[in-house]
Amino acid sequence: MSAGHVVDAEPYEPVFTGETMAELERRFAEYPNKQALLLPALWMVQERRGWISESTISEVAAVLGLTPAYVKGVVTFYTMYHTHPVGRHFIQVCTTSPCGLCGAEDTVRALLEHTGCGEVGATSADGRFTVVEVECLGACGFATPVMVGDDFIESVTPEKVPELLARYP
Amino acid sequence: MGFPHPSHPGETVVLSKHFGDAGARTHAGWVERGGYEGLRKALGMTPEAIIEVVKASGLRGRGGAGFPTGLKWSFMPKDDGKPHYLVCNADESEPGTFKDREIMRWTPHALIEGCAIGAFAMGVERCYIYIRGEFTEPWAVMAEAVREAYAAGTLGDNAMGSGKPIHITLHRGAGAYICGEETALMNSIEGRRGNPRIKPPFPAAAGLFAMPTTINNVETLAAVPHILVRGAEWYKSLCKGNPKSTGTKLISVCGHVQRPGNYEVMLGTPMKELLYDMCGGMRPGRTLKAVIPGGSSVPIMTAEEAESALLDYEGLIEKGSMLGSAGMIVMDDSTDMVYQIMRLARFYAHESCAQCTQCREGTAWTTRILERILSGKGKESDFDLLLDLADNMTGTTICVLSDSCAAPVVSGIRKFRGEFEAYIRRERAPVLELA
Ligand SMILES: Cc1cc2nc3c(=O)[nH]c(=O)nc-3n(C[C@H](O)[C@H](O)[C@H](O)COP(=O)(O)O)c2cc1C
Ligand code: FES
Repeated sequence: MSAGHVVDAEPYEPVFTGETMAELERRFAEYPNKQALLLPALWMVQERRGWISESTISEVAAVLGLTPAYVKGVVTFYTMYHTHPVGRHFIQVCTTSPCGLCGAEDTVRALLEHTGCGEVGATSADGRFTVVEVECLGACGFATPVMVGDDFIESVTPEKVPELLARYP
Repeated sequence: MGFPHPSHPGETVVLSKHFGDAGARTHAGWVERGGYEGLRKALGMTPEAIIEVVKASGLRGRGGAGFPTGLKWSFMPKDDGKPHYLVCNADESEPGTFKDREIMRWTPHALIEGCAIGAFAMGVERCYIYIRGEFTEPWAVMAEAVREAYAAGTLGDNAMGSGKPIHITLHRGAGAYICGEETALMNSIEGRRGNPRIKPPFPAAAGLFAMPTTINNVETLAAVPHILVRGAEWYKSLCKGNPKSTGTKLISVCGHVQRPGNYEVMLGTPMKELLYDMCGGMRPGRTLKAVIPGGSSVPIMTAEEAESALLDYEGLIEKGSMLGSAGMIVMDDSTDMVYQIMRLARFYAHESCAQCTQCREGTAWTTRILERILSGKGKESDFDLLLDLADNMTGTTICVLSDSCAAPVVSGIRKFRGEFEAYIRRERAPVLELA
């Protein structure tokens, strides 16, 4: 996948209008300044659009009184924000040592094979899945934990992979 | 209890008593189980008296450093007219550690109650609980519990009828181990990159939003209500080893044991009892090779060291390691130590925030040298190179992430040198191919 400059379709539809803007504004009361809403606002974008584009970065910056360059600097620090489109089901597999000791690499291989993604970081040709390896998911006693979108699934072994994927059409 | 296993008689269940009991998740269910009595009691005391009880209990921070909690709370200024903040660290990202997750999933009100007590004791009107972005299920449980606590009047402008405002806001992280470091976490809440800050100033003087702030781990705060209800003497009596290590501790055990899980034991419990009686020992036909007892950031212990250690702050220092967050990574005789140490170094290289040169370069080079050894291209001089790097990575940076990368490398070379030599001398087939 190219890591180049990704833009969304024109014309740009703003995220923060109507109820979404009202939701953000309600949260202003919980913080002493607007900048503290940056991570929450980026989550709101990603929940609604699936990823964070250059245009939404500019929009978030305008809404919170920041510069686009500043917002981009923050977005790129955190691994969970997507700066390009990903598959319909984004799959994260832990491969840090504790899970590695319990066979995480085999689980990754099974996921790559059964999703058709082929390699880590790639999206399957049908746009259904993207599989990435991530560091410790905080569930090391339940090796291997896998996240599919917001779902957190414990103790995934290679044998369980086909049945797991079937739940995500 | 050894969640997801039934409680073992060797455990002392305080924090984990209701793990697996979905009824304890609701406000009403928590009250039925004696919940919010600690907060009620605290609201009838002076803030100073609460801090004295926490001090007397001997409770120490469960996030890794083991700093005495009551003492930390006492550093907060009094009557300075500024907003004060309490931050709960629920970033739990230290490899091997998965206890805060269970506290939030099963006993969300224990954490809310602990936060509320801490808030009242330190003149805090708003507490932020920073939950790592991947913890979607704990987040959902916590969000519902906070909503219920507001609806019941336990939180709000007149918390539990005390006339005091106590508010809790959940704040979601977005994937960054470094945000577990306390000042990086504060930057993250402020909408910045998660770079640790230079100390001083310490958080109690200028922390979140430059205001006096205390930050505590989930498990630390969840223990506070029990201390208020049952008293400092009771908590202090939960001690099997050094009297400076009091109370119970959730130990997350993972890796090559028969029954991985969270076990709650009195501090000072022999590690051997935990590994063999509670966790059922190694898998059939296997023997213990090494343990990293405090989350991945502490020195590796050999089987002999682990089997003779007491599980408390002093007991593990005595055996050359640390209790840390008590995330225990167990490795049996099938383990390739060089590979595992490389994998840990790679973790730190991935997670370095890259603001300090020693860390940014040191974690990356350590990883590359270890990868080179594993690919059959190591040299005898690599030992000196790795140890020299480790030396430059220890005690030289803003936070201790870089020290954490050096710890398993130095202890690994010292204790398992032969395994490195086998790769370097081509006695062992390479397991990696360098790109
Ligand atoms: C790199 C790094 C990562 C850390 N991660 C965590 C974490 O995930 N959770 C945590 O409670 N403490 C973590 N800590 C420790 C915190 O900085 C801090 O000491 C702790 O939250 C204080 O709470 P306590 O006194 O209750 O233990 C980390 C420290 C460092 C240097
Ligand atoms: S190492 Fe995989 S969840 Fe912690």
